[in-house]
Amino acid sequence: MHIATFDGFGLGMRKPHYPAFVEGQVDVDFVEVISENFMVDGGQPRRILRQVRERYPVALHGVSMSIGSAQPVNPDYLIRLRALVDEIDPLFVSDHLCWTGIGGFNSHDLLPLPYDDETLDVVAANVGRAQDAIGRAMLIENPSSYIAFGHSTMTEWEFLDRLCERSGCGLLLDVNNVFVSASNHGFDALAYLDGVPAHRVRQVHLAGHSQGEALLIDTHDQPVCATVWDLYAHLVGRLGPVATMIERDDAIPPLAELLDELATARRVADRSLREAA
Amino acid sequence: MSLLALQQDFRAWLHVGEAPSDPRFAEDARAGLDIYQNNYRGQIVACLDESFAVTRAWLGDEAFQDAIIAHAGRMPPHSWSLDHYPDDFPSTLAQLYPGDAEVAELATLELALGHAFVAADAVPVATGDLAGVEWDHARLHLTPSLRMCGLTTNAPAIWSAITAETMPPPVELLPNRGEILVWRHDETPRFRTTDQAEADALRHIDKGMNFGSLCAALVDAGGDDPAAVAGQWLAQWISDGLIIEIEGETRCVN
Repeated sequence: MHIATFDGFGLGMRKPHYPAFVEGQVDVDFVEVISENFMVDGGQPRRILRQVRERYPVALHGVSMSIGSAQPVNPDYLIRLRALVDEIDPLFVSDHLCWTGIGGFNSHDLLPLPYDDETLDVVAANVGRAQDAIGRAMLIENPSSYIAFGHSTMTEWEFLDRLCERSGCGLLLDVNNVFVSASNHGFDALAYLDGVPAHRVRQVHLAGHSQGEALLIDTHDQPVCATVWDLYAHLVGRLGPVATMIERDDAIPPLAELLDELATARRVADRSLREAA
Repeated sequence: MSLLALQQDFRAWLHVGEAPSDPRFAEDARAGLDIYQNNYRGQIVACLDESFAVTRAWLGDEAFQDAIIAHAGRMPPHSWSLDHYPDDFPSTLAQLYPGDAEVAELATLELALGHAFVAADAVPVATGDLAGVEWDHARLHLTPSLRMCGLTTNAPAIWSAITAETMPPPVELLPNRGEILVWRHDETPRFRTTDQAEADALRHIDKGMNFGSLCAALVDAGGDDPAAVAGQWLAQWISDGLIIEIEGETRCVN
């Protein structure tokens, strides 16, 4: 499956900033929205998304597909996502390498997976079902995790590589999530960034995190930290130009602050590309 | 053990706090498990807080938190959308407050307003669209945002006062069971109270009864001036924007 490339800079659109995006006043190359917030029958959310789409390319980013559940993806979910895809013609459609629920239970959190052949079979089958249902290839994002399973037989980046090969999906690489998981589980973040299949990466997320009692927590309520900027510079040097966005999910600051952070991303990427040239 | 067994074990940890027995969870997994459980509980609390702000104001923070805990224990989230989780909260409140019907009715009203906000779009018919309609055979189509909920108290007045940040009235029981109609006009949810007769009429209309049959049923019921009653209802429904299509000898569609 072919997945188009796009190398602009964007923001995750959150409620406090909807009016500015509707008016087309925000200087970004693309916008990413949480798919589920717009998988409703109608009303203001769908009207806003249609208006934003008239002004910007829109990426649909899901949090509830649950491709890691040991059961098939919910068909009702896929029907609704397909309807949204048909209406919006998104730049990308993405979700996470995780499971969110099982057997009629939904945690509404991105829960961790063991990385072994059984999980690969499950996830590849679910990604295949989802891609068939929505009629296009997806991007799969690496999650932050707080548990590692001792019986995993491969690293997360090896798992993602094999998943891409099996399903034809692409990758959305969250550099902050790599940093959080590397810190929590004691692996080398640079080895991760060097290990993912570069030709599969179509989008990058940059975000912040918080220090918990014992572990780093992926709160997405802080600016991007210095180490993550360094990792991003390293990644761009390896990938070349890639669609990049700032993702803030909580403690949403004024738009100007996010645009400043996005300007930093542009500078870091420019410098890295010049150095790599 | 399979992936399914591992995930069932994880679910038990999140929902009832039962420590995973699966040996594949590492010995030092507890800190991570605590984060996942905290996230899970936080999502539930935030969802119900956001969906039932007026009910929370009426009950008070402590009682509302207790209700959330009771609800989460009774009914974990089951849908892919967290927006669906509030649906069953009024029934938990009805169980917790059997002698205070206004609590569940407030929550039901808030829930219906939330549903109306994202209901399917539809354009109501306008008065000018009605010329040539054969009313005896006219079939009315209601807006998909319309919800009807039973009412035994003055919960709507309490909702209005709390929303306006004024002193809510004391609870009153209605002399007769009523209904509340909730729908969306343009992008704004609206509601009004009514009696059982009008709500029943709308239910008949929704099931396909044409307007002539509704009028005949009113005559059979023997009320005062049924033609006038039907006419007033129709005018109100059109004025409210509840009618989105009228099928008759002359088709009137937006």
